[in-house]
Amino acid sequence: MSWHSTYEFLRHMADSWGLLAMTLVFLTLALWPFRPGAREHNNRAATMIFEDRENGQ
Amino acid sequence: MESLTTRAGMWFALLVIALVAAALGHDFGFSAQMTIVAVAAVVGLWWTLTGSKIDALGNWRRPVGSETDYDDDPVRWGVIATLFWGIAGLAAGLFIALQLAFPQLNFEPYLNFGRVRPLHTSAVIFAFGGNALIASSFYVVQRTCRARLALPGLARFVFWGYQLFIVLAAVGYLLGVTQSKEYAEPEWHVDWWLTIVWVAYLVVFVATIIKRKEPHIYVANWFYLAFILTVAMLHVVNNLDMPVSVLGSRSYPLFGGVQGALVQWWYGHNAVGFFLTAGFLAMMYYFVPKQAERPIFSYRLSIIHFWSLIFLYIWAGPHHLHYTALPDWAQTLGMVFSIMLWMPSWGGMINGLLTLNGAWDKIRTDPIIRMMVWALAFYGMSTFEGPMLSIKWVNSMSHYTDWTIGHVHSGALGWNGMITFAVLYYLAPRLWGRERLYSLRMVNWHFWLATIGIVFYAASLWVAGMMQGYMWREYGADGYLVNSFAETVAAMWPMYVARAFGGLLYLAGAIIMVVNIWLTIAGKQRDEKPLTSPAYNPAADRPLVSQPAA
Repeated sequence: MSWHSTYEFLRHMADSWGLLAMTLVFLTLALWPFRPGAREHNNRAATMIFEDRENGQ
Repeated sequence: MESLTTRAGMWFALLVIALVAAALGHDFGFSAQMTIVAVAAVVGLWWTLTGSKIDALGNWRRPVGSETDYDDDPVRWGVIATLFWGIAGLAAGLFIALQLAFPQLNFEPYLNFGRVRPLHTSAVIFAFGGNALIASSFYVVQRTCRARLALPGLARFVFWGYQLFIVLAAVGYLLGVTQSKEYAEPEWHVDWWLTIVWVAYLVVFVATIIKRKEPHIYVANWFYLAFILTVAMLHVVNNLDMPVSVLGSRSYPLFGGVQGALVQWWYGHNAVGFFLTAGFLAMMYYFVPKQAERPIFSYRLSIIHFWSLIFLYIWAGPHHLHYTALPDWAQTLGMVFSIMLWMPSWGGMINGLLTLNGAWDKIRTDPIIRMMVWALAFYGMSTFEGPMLSIKWVNSMSHYTDWTIGHVHSGALGWNGMITFAVLYYLAPRLWGRERLYSLRMVNWHFWLATIGIVFYAASLWVAGMMQGYMWREYGADGYLVNSFAETVAAMWPMYVARAFGGLLYLAGAIIMVVNIWLTIAGKQRDEKPLTSPAYNPAADRPLVSQPAA
């Protein structure tokens, strides 16, 4: 492939399938903590940093 | 088989190699840097020979740490290094601000603006900010993993190796060793050294996460890890270049022309995004909840904040190259992603601020919380200003003016500086086992000096930048430009003086912090009036007796 057609190929790949794939991966990762049953897990994660009180740290 | 002889021999070999390289160096800057490496090797050799413990057979005894407590020595050194480089970097910044107002202060050649300016930017970003990030990450990763730092020897190498990088880079700038890429000025040999140190940092951090006792990896560690990994990637790609000689400091980059410019600003903007944003957000997500004594407002929002920053920031770099030879679609892409970035940034700011829900009075009573809130406010402000400046229509006026410098400093002084100061105040009494800071009232003084300093700095450069931009584009009835460049410089003089004054106030606040933390470490406590005490009137503190009618 010539330099120019490589550029064209990558450029069109990026703003079609590449963009779609990235959007889907992003949505999956961002919505993951909203899955059913995650509330307990999130609360535990958020308060975990206070479990070291007795060490005086 | 690790013997003392092997370790001393390694230091000695490094010493010999550095001395040979210094003697055969093609340019003075390279030889000077190799001499510094030789001095570092002598210090390492001396420390190995005098500080090591050996058994009866003369074998080296590896120092053992107890797994029952946290390994905080590198954190303590990091706090002191952060204070030291902070003062150095802010003083260099004040000096170059004064150079702009009073050009007589350009002492040629070593202390002219062109050489001290990268010294200032590297000192505040990489030396002050970098040490704060390394130290706080070692502190946080141990606490949130409930595990002692992995690979203690390597962690010490990371700390000292990073200081050597800073000294090599700084000396190089003053001697004219630079590859002239903003925030990536060090030449190839110093870049290689930083790569080694940074990979060691990644290994220590990941190894500690792997040995964690806590099943969940707390969100602050996600941000730290993103910062370490991305900076490694950015640094390596932007510094792909070919040295002219292994004994000289000159090199030529792999990418040329507009590709080189795009790679540089992909690096440059993500240095802001992952060094100055992701890393400091990691501090925010641990230290703000700890100081406020309440969990982060929404853990879910912190996850969305994280992934949105990661997915959006990396594309925003082209906004530094509006109206250049970069393809138009790439400029627009950079602009669109920069504008989208506004939302997750404000999501993160809101998440941090609402952590104080139900405890807003702490802003009044706890100056450390006030610093954190102020840092978050500036994070919000500069992440609004940034997307606005990235819009092509705004950028055509603002680019290359001092507005950009004002924007950078409202982020750096307001967000990075304030959150770091708050973290240092949080860490100092805990790391040295003191009951409290030497003085909370001095934290208050620091807060107000820094705040008024930022207002002077940012406001004067907003005015200066807009005036400069509009003067540059003003043309008369005949179609010619009205102002010469020198006239715009002369018009900005009062603003340059105001900006230097703002920098002076900010530096003064930082010096108060150094005194405060120094005396905290020394174990002293200032006898002072508490910041708040509920009103008490002894005259009214008695039963109400009915008065006889007159």
